[in-house]
Amino acid sequence: MSVNQEWTPNIVAFCCNWCSYAGADLAGSGRMNYPANVKIIRIPCSCRLNPLFVLRAFQRGADGVILCGCHPGDCHYSTGNYYARRRMTMLFSMLDYLGIERGRTRVEWVSAAEGAKFAATMNDFVKTITDLGENKKLEDLRCKK
Amino acid sequence: MSLTNTVTAEDLIRISGVDPSKCMQCGKCSGACPSYDEMEYHPHQFVAMVRKGQIEKLMASDAIYQCLSCFACLERCPRNVEPAKLIEAVRVAVIRQQGMNHMTANDIPEKLDEKLPQQAIVSAMRKYSK
Amino acid sequence: MQRIGVFVCWCGSNIAATVDVKAVAEAAKHEPGVVFSTDYQYMCSENGQAMIREAIKEHRLTGVVICSCSPRMHEATFRKTAVSAGLNPYMVEIANIREQCSWIHKDMAEGTEKAIILARAAIAKVHLNAPLVAGTSPVTKRALVIGGGIAGIQTALDIADAGFEVDIVEKAPTIGGRMAQLDKTFPTLDCSACILTPKMVDAAQHEKINIISYAELDSLSGFVGNFTAKIRKKARFIDETKCTGCGICTEKCPSRKGLNDFNMGLNTRGAVYIPFAQAIPNVAVIDSAQCIHFRTGKCGLCEKNCSAGAIKFDQKDEILEREYGAIVVATGFKPIDASAFNEYAYSDSPDVVTSLEFERIMNAAGPTKGKLVRPSDGKHPHEIVFIQCVGSRCTEDATKGKPYCSKICCMYTAKHAMLVREKYPDVKVHVFYIDARTPGKNFDEFYRRAVEQYDVDYIKGMVGKVSVEQDHLHVQGSDLINNEQIHINADMVVLATAIEPDPTARALGTMLTASMDTNDFFTEAHPKLRPVESPTAGVFLSGVAQGPKDIPETVAQAGAAAAKVIGLLCKNELTCNPCVAHANEALCNGCSQCERVCPYGAITYEDKEVRSPEFRGIKRIAVVNGAICQGCGACTVTCPSGAMDLKGFSNSQIMAEVDAICR
Repeated sequence: MSVNQEWTPNIVAFCCNWCSYAGADLAGSGRMNYPANVKIIRIPCSCRLNPLFVLRAFQRGADGVILCGCHPGDCHYSTGNYYARRRMTMLFSMLDYLGIERGRTRVEWVSAAEGAKFAATMNDFVKTITDLGENKKLEDLRCKK
Repeated sequence: MSLTNTVTAEDLIRISGVDPSKCMQCGKCSGACPSYDEMEYHPHQFVAMVRKGQIEKLMASDAIYQCLSCFACLERCPRNVEPAKLIEAVRVAVIRQQGMNHMTANDIPEKLDEKLPQQAIVSAMRKYSK
Repeated sequence: MQRIGVFVCWCGSNIAATVDVKAVAEAAKHEPGVVFSTDYQYMCSENGQAMIREAIKEHRLTGVVICSCSPRMHEATFRKTAVSAGLNPYMVEIANIREQCSWIHKDMAEGTEKAIILARAAIAKVHLNAPLVAGTSPVTKRALVIGGGIAGIQTALDIADAGFEVDIVEKAPTIGGRMAQLDKTFPTLDCSACILTPKMVDAAQHEKINIISYAELDSLSGFVGNFTAKIRKKARFIDETKCTGCGICTEKCPSRKGLNDFNMGLNTRGAVYIPFAQAIPNVAVIDSAQCIHFRTGKCGLCEKNCSAGAIKFDQKDEILEREYGAIVVATGFKPIDASAFNEYAYSDSPDVVTSLEFERIMNAAGPTKGKLVRPSDGKHPHEIVFIQCVGSRCTEDATKGKPYCSKICCMYTAKHAMLVREKYPDVKVHVFYIDARTPGKNFDEFYRRAVEQYDVDYIKGMVGKVSVEQDHLHVQGSDLINNEQIHINADMVVLATAIEPDPTARALGTMLTASMDTNDFFTEAHPKLRPVESPTAGVFLSGVAQGPKDIPETVAQAGAAAAKVIGLLCKNELTCNPCVAHANEALCNGCSQCERVCPYGAITYEDKEVRSPEFRGIKRIAVVNGAICQGCGACTVTCPSGAMDLKGFSNSQIMAEVDAICR
């Protein structure tokens, strides 16, 4: 795959307010570097993530979407991440069916204490997406500037 | 024993699959060891010395042959460190350096002692048939 | 169209060093709806806040975006600022350009570009923000304390002293818990019962405290300030109001096979029993599994001998329904089952005992009346081995044991060793330990006394095996300091078994929707700053239910939990979180999907008259109780018709953020 030197991936990270968003904050207070192409959207719980948001992000030109939530069993709302896990599994198999590379989407459990894990996850995810290259399949060209 | 310095702690960790950093040095492995009095270095020392990279001493010691591979240390370790596997790895490292001069399964019957316990035969196979 | 103001904070050099704040403020000016944009060194300072207030008034702002540190840090601050300038607090959005931008990136151009995108997303969201008004709900001025050990008793006393009613629900027939079983307490060696029983009496006599013993929480509904609990009062087959606690029935009972739980099963008791002499309530209870009357229909000796006529064989479980404003979890602990450690021969010899069993043996009110004898033959032991860390400090992947340090074992083992040496100087005492952990006031001094004054033989190393031999126990362990193998022929072995949360805790956690860690300890809302509150509003934690701790720490935490409860019960009403779900009546088709996923039971259905272009008439639609809804959003995604949405995190708001980021 020929990748333009200039191109860097655009990544949307959905983080639940109680664990992963706090974990991302901790990565920040620990000055743990990860690439600037990760942009975080705060949602109350991983179960707030409508699969449509993921599709919307791809449609608008995101190259990768990652959902971070509390570890199973640790959800602030007790069961939210279980719903999120099932919904994402369904979405992933649908994306798979559509021919979207499996690596473009990911679910990761990051607790409020796991700043290092958050940074490591983001580094790894950015690398994966960089290797996969630009998202062309789902991107709606009409959305291009 | 000039060859021994080519083996590193990383080699032993890779061969054995043991993570010596998990050890909290409680000594339960050595407390459980039936060959304790015979061994120059005891199971917990194996773990500590691999952690510190003191491999040569271990490879030169007879302790590696005095281990019965009874797995009592592995069974009782509260932190799943599995010292027996580490001792086995040192043994393997020594044997690999000696070349192919070890016994084969066919050599065993004639050397077999009637009174030898089954456990020891299994242990011998583990030790010498690498 | 909103009139939006953007305020970019430098945070000294924290943000300004890697983000060109002027450029961010300048870029924000060109975003639609932005009528004012500026930057300042410290937005959260008094001057910074004044600047925001003035801008809101001067430019008639309807929405505010602050580009600063994490909303977890100062969202509340800036919302208050907005309120003081007459703006709805929920018209404020924060772009996190410190923790999630300036602190993690080193390149100025990169950091600035990302900060602009984050600001853009926040601006896009504010466009769709609507003023939200938080509702209020009343507070029931009564607290429920689950567990009647020292943690529960102390919490109840402190709450009751502040003038609020408290119910203690205790699953055993008496309050007192684990502390009642102890002999002496470290590091002062004062008698446990002597300091606990007066507190039990205080609780029983307090006019604001109601003790519901031999009872368990059956179900719970509601939310902070408005819980409704159903409490199952188990049938004790005794009329509590008539029983005088004289104990005649317990003496007359011919069944002697039931194991005495209070003495850790070291001896037996009658089928009708009072757990211990100072039990509160001092009322007997019948163990129906052991009672001859329940098994054969005959006997009834207790009934014949009870002059008060308190025996009620036909008593049934009773369900009490009570309302509470706050709940305190004080369910405590139990020692782990030592039989999993067969290398210590716990199942093979009665002379291998756990520390809590040893506590009963040493206790003057225990099965041996405090005389130290071997359980197997009643003989005086001459050599005792204590083994520490049995089941504590194991790895997560270990097949048995717990990954945490149980915290109290080092100290109680030192106490046991000392007590034995004090009472029986002829007994040799060995302690196998990994580390002697003694952080606490006068703790290390106590441990050193055991070594120096009482000549307790501390051996650094663990026991590998205990084997049963004729009349003694052969203990084999390694001495790591002398680098030698130790063989001891001991008369008794005492295992300092790890402690684990009470087995009822898991089910209770589910009932309360209070989160727990993998070891079934209740999780605190913040490990440092909110250590006695559960993340679930209105649920507080006291004692070992939250994590291993000793008596002074438990009492301190109990007081802290009580203070939090009092703080809550003092309020006449509570402000609710306005970021809750709501159903669009025109779209909802009453399918009940949302009700099923709601973890709080906040959704009900009503037949409502709907007038919309598509539909006119009465239809079944979902109604969210804003006081119960916690705003997780599970229902919004489940809803097949797109009727459910979450205020503050609406579909369109999140979509707008996505669009802004991907532009």
